[in-house]
Amino acid sequence: MLPYRRVPPGVHPPEDPAYRSTVLRHPLEPLIQIPQTISEITGPSYPYEVVGPVDNDLTQQHAAAPIGERIIVEGRVLDANGRPLPRALVEIWQANACGRYAHEVDTHDTPLDPNFTGTGRTLTDEEGRYRFVTIKPGHYPWGNHYNAWRPAHIHFSVLGPGFLTRLVTQMYFPGDPLQPLDPIFNSVRDAEVRHRMVSSFDIDLTVPDWALGFRWDIVLRGREGTPELA
Amino acid sequence: MAGITPSQTAGPYFGILLRGRAECRQVTEATRGTRIVIEGRVLDGAGNGVSDALIETWQADSNGRYQHSEDCRPQPPDPAFNGFGWAHTRKDGGYRFETIKPGPVPAPNGGNQAPHVVVSVMARGILTRFITRIYFDDERANAEDPIMTLVPQGRRETLIARRVGDSHYVFDIVMQGRHETVFFDV
Repeated sequence: MLPYRRVPPGVHPPEDPAYRSTVLRHPLEPLIQIPQTISEITGPSYPYEVVGPVDNDLTQQHAAAPIGERIIVEGRVLDANGRPLPRALVEIWQANACGRYAHEVDTHDTPLDPNFTGTGRTLTDEEGRYRFVTIKPGHYPWGNHYNAWRPAHIHFSVLGPGFLTRLVTQMYFPGDPLQPLDPIFNSVRDAEVRHRMVSSFDIDLTVPDWALGFRWDIVLRGREGTPELA
Repeated sequence: MAGITPSQTAGPYFGILLRGRAECRQVTEATRGTRIVIEGRVLDGAGNGVSDALIETWQADSNGRYQHSEDCRPQPPDPAFNGFGWAHTRKDGGYRFETIKPGPVPAPNGGNQAPHVVVSVMARGILTRFITRIYFDDERANAEDPIMTLVPQGRRETLIARRVGDSHYVFDIVMQGRHETVFFDV
């Protein structure tokens, strides 16, 4: 079995006291390096047959359309060698247009939208492509520090071909003025690496008279010993 | 080479995603093997339960076969066992999996690994997924397991689920501090 290449340092964020909740939750002991075995190179898959046809259209899941700016989010799931990963499970969850999640823990003083649950799932196609139709999530305050607001984001959960390609992350939008102030976004220290989490506005993906398009590729770990694509 | 997308915290609201998934039911009447329960709590550095953690498990079937295209050994895996478990912790940080005892699986350099479950921990307040393993205290093979023996002796017990009753194991995940669970770089 071909092992996966190790993740270079600086990609996945370390403990960050600026994000207060990490202080009691991030482990303090160093990680123990172990070889990859059959247990990590294999990995879980989700019962694909239960992914339904409107699961990737968050504007079609209720009786009426949700309030907010309709957007398209499309991209590919690739490995670090640039190869597309078909049949990856891509799931999203997000706040509504007012910046509120349909979750009982969220008590932000702004309306829930009865026509928006804020969750979606899809499988990548043979070229590794995924596509969601949703509404642009609003900004919202959080208790991390005085006047703390999250930049607009969509949570992504990706189940790739193996246990080692599991990724939970957040996709951000271009030009959001809250990004420089956000400890979660800036927990990734290197600007180039951080920018991988920001989608791009794409006029070719934009559908006339209907919705803006944002493009975002997701790159998971790649195998050792596989040549890079040109 | 394309740059790997960084991880970000799952935050406190991933429960809405799990509600829309199919139920996580690992064991049916047709599943082969010994039924077991693994339960425990996820604890923070102050000893408080982590009420918003996402625990994912991946394991072999009772014969040590993985339901995955890269496990190409001749004996096929149990069609009635998928091997994937997930759970949102409760208010007190508790979680519970009803599964089967995994069989031994091959070690990288010959021989077998002791029966184990690989685990991902994600949560609000955790920026990156943390990986650990659950071993079982009634397995003699633990002592020679090639992964376990890489762990300093004094910390090995953090990887071992304690049997507290028939087929019932307890495994706490301590994120930080005294008895901090061993997490792996794989």
